[in-house]
Amino acid sequence: MEKLKKYVSFLRLRFAMGLQYRTAAFAGIATQFAWGFMEIMVFHAFNSSAPDAFPMGFGQLASYIWMQQAFLALFMTWFMENEIFDSIMDGNICYELCRPIDIYDLWFARSVATRTSRALLRCVPILLVAFFLPEPYGMMLPLDITTFVCFLAAMLLAMTVTIATCMLVYMLSFFTVSPQGLKLVFAMTAEILQGTVIPLPFFPPRVQRIMELLPFASMENVPLRIYSGHISGGEAAKAMLLQVFWIVVLITVGKLICRRAMKKVTLQGG
Amino acid sequence: MIVMKNICKTYRVAKRNAGFGAAVKSFFHREYETVTALDNVSFSIQDGETVGYIGPNGAGKSTTIKILSGILTPDSGECLVDGRTPWKNRIEHVAKIGVVFGQRSQLWWDVPVIDSFELLKDIYSIPADVYKSNVEELTGLLDLGEILKTPARQLSLGQRMRCELAASLLHSPDILFLDEPTIGLDAVSKIAVREFIVKLNQERKTTVILTTHDMQDIEAITKRIILIGKGKILLDGDISDISGSGDIDHTVAELYRSYEI
Amino acid sequence: MEHSIMEKQRKSSAVRLYFHYISIQIRCMMQYKKSFIMTTLGQFLASFNAFVGIYFMFRRFHSIAGYTYGDVLLCFSLISMEFSLSECAARGFDRFSSLVRQGTFDRILTRPRNEILQVLGNNFELTRLGRMVQAIIILFYGISQADIDWSFMKVITVVITILCGAAVFSGIFLINAALCFFTLEGLEVVNIFTDGARQYGEYPIDVYGKRMVKFCTFIIPYALVQLYPVKYLTGRSDSLLYALIPLAALLFLLPCYALWRYGVRKYKSSGS
Repeated sequence: MEKLKKYVSFLRLRFAMGLQYRTAAFAGIATQFAWGFMEIMVFHAFNSSAPDAFPMGFGQLASYIWMQQAFLALFMTWFMENEIFDSIMDGNICYELCRPIDIYDLWFARSVATRTSRALLRCVPILLVAFFLPEPYGMMLPLDITTFVCFLAAMLLAMTVTIATCMLVYMLSFFTVSPQGLKLVFAMTAEILQGTVIPLPFFPPRVQRIMELLPFASMENVPLRIYSGHISGGEAAKAMLLQVFWIVVLITVGKLICRRAMKKVTLQGG
Repeated sequence: MIVMKNICKTYRVAKRNAGFGAAVKSFFHREYETVTALDNVSFSIQDGETVGYIGPNGAGKSTTIKILSGILTPDSGECLVDGRTPWKNRIEHVAKIGVVFGQRSQLWWDVPVIDSFELLKDIYSIPADVYKSNVEELTGLLDLGEILKTPARQLSLGQRMRCELAASLLHSPDILFLDEPTIGLDAVSKIAVREFIVKLNQERKTTVILTTHDMQDIEAITKRIILIGKGKILLDGDISDISGSGDIDHTVAELYRSYEI
Repeated sequence: MEHSIMEKQRKSSAVRLYFHYISIQIRCMMQYKKSFIMTTLGQFLASFNAFVGIYFMFRRFHSIAGYTYGDVLLCFSLISMEFSLSECAARGFDRFSSLVRQGTFDRILTRPRNEILQVLGNNFELTRLGRMVQAIIILFYGISQADIDWSFMKVITVVITILCGAAVFSGIFLINAALCFFTLEGLEVVNIFTDGARQYGEYPIDVYGKRMVKFCTFIIPYALVQLYPVKYLTGRSDSLLYALIPLAALLFLLPCYALWRYGVRKYKSSGS
């Protein structure tokens, strides 16, 4: 309960901050819209040259891409907080340690707040426009209510996996001289493995099967494919179970490293 | 010789209120207000003079310095620095002035200070012999010696300020603008900086214009002060006439109070 | 008289000054060797990801809008070379907003040098050289994969395409910086035309439809440094116009520079 309150106050702060930069909000929406459009055009061209080879319905793909753009802020691994990296590098972390809260929980709540506030600000206009686009470029409505509920749950889990993975990077930053380099390497690895470059179904089946076991596939891949109806039923349940598994593993490991990092800070003074 | 005549400058700033509701409101509708930074400012400064430019925060000190150094264009009024209008012939003008911003650094953080100097030599196209004699002279006067071989990030604030001063003087400027040069320095460094500025003015006849909140700076360096408040020049005169006897801090506090700034 | 001599001296040493800036940046960077290696590795992965994407898409579909794998790789390699060259020269503008915020631009204005030269010099990053090496490798691979019937003219076309393409990207970077004078927020939109153009420029522009080709011909001339020369190089057209059209893209720099000048003027009158 106490934690939830802290999270809500973070969220309010972030939301108000986001509102102040209104040009930035409009610009972000325009950018993501352009991105989505280009992406769909490429797939459309591939689809026309060999429709049989297309691994999902084109409408499903369009939904996948618009959802991806609308909720970009929830899933992108490069979207980390520079202030956290800065506080690790310049030793301001000491101030954070003075607060009566676990540093892992604090940063976790902060990441949730930043990501959700940003996604909330941006998703509505993008989704609205995407729904009204002509077939087959536009977004489909969810197939049924069960799918939609599953999608929401999977999205929540996916965000948790994403943040838990980012937390690993923050924690490892205590042990490296180059957090920015670490972040870049990690984000690029995640980019291809979580299906941002091309969605996982476009990889050859054997490659895809291996990729689906990795934690990166438990990020945007699961909710976006559930929404578009590309996976459902038992398959969807299995994917969501795997998400839960990775959340447990990632948070446990993250907290372990966090304890080591705190020991290092208090021993060496940052 | 510096002449400012009826200089005016206003800014337009977005109003921002606290609170969540206000943030939502300003997302859709934003209000602006006009702030007058300088209101009919006039003064003149002779070659070789040292002038203390004082006033509370937000009075217009930085705006004046920015106009004189060619960074800002005023709304109206005339300004001539040795016959040049700063904002019109920027390159020609800035080649002959030096500027030190006390809160900012012009040194490259990760390389020895001397490397930054070498770069400045190229930036200002300083002839090799002039550069060499200037570095030698400044090293002596500011006691830089070993410091020059150290990366700027490892220097103490006082050491760094001494290097900043040297960096601004490598091209032998006729006029030196100092924006709070002693801010945050320890007592020893403060005295070193003050003594250096006095010596610089005496030996090179460099005109020095100094803004500061530290009245000891003024006492040690300048004879004349210009007091600015709410964008207006309130007082321009000899420091001894104003303070008479007694503590300068109190005198200035008294001045601020009497002008209600 | 004396003035004009000084002017000449300054111009002749502008290049020297730029390299002085680069050398000092390299010395700074050497303090952070591990960081440099990590960043280079990350950037390598970024290019590699793009390549992997194209590779798997072609394993599945074999062609796109009549273009082969080789054609697409040619586009990909030209664009990444253009981008990387311009990044080396002009990406400094990217961090311009922080220069303005930290007051470094004020400092730049107090120095007797061209502002653009100083901004670029202040922001050179060594890691871009790492990307350049990658771009060169991709270029050779892309050209070797493409089915080109080489002639002297085609070599010329490749060279001017790359140079003029770098100029177009630099123009966008300059616009990005100039916009900082008007607003410090909302610049994300420019990413569409820099990173976006690089990312989506890996496919020939007509993949995106006729309207996009028009936009990229007359507004922001990416088609002039990608689509048309590629048609000439791959033998889809023999027109000499297509071979030399990249040169027309240079006109794009004029409005970009005008906007920058206007922005500097505005900055000097508002100070923010």
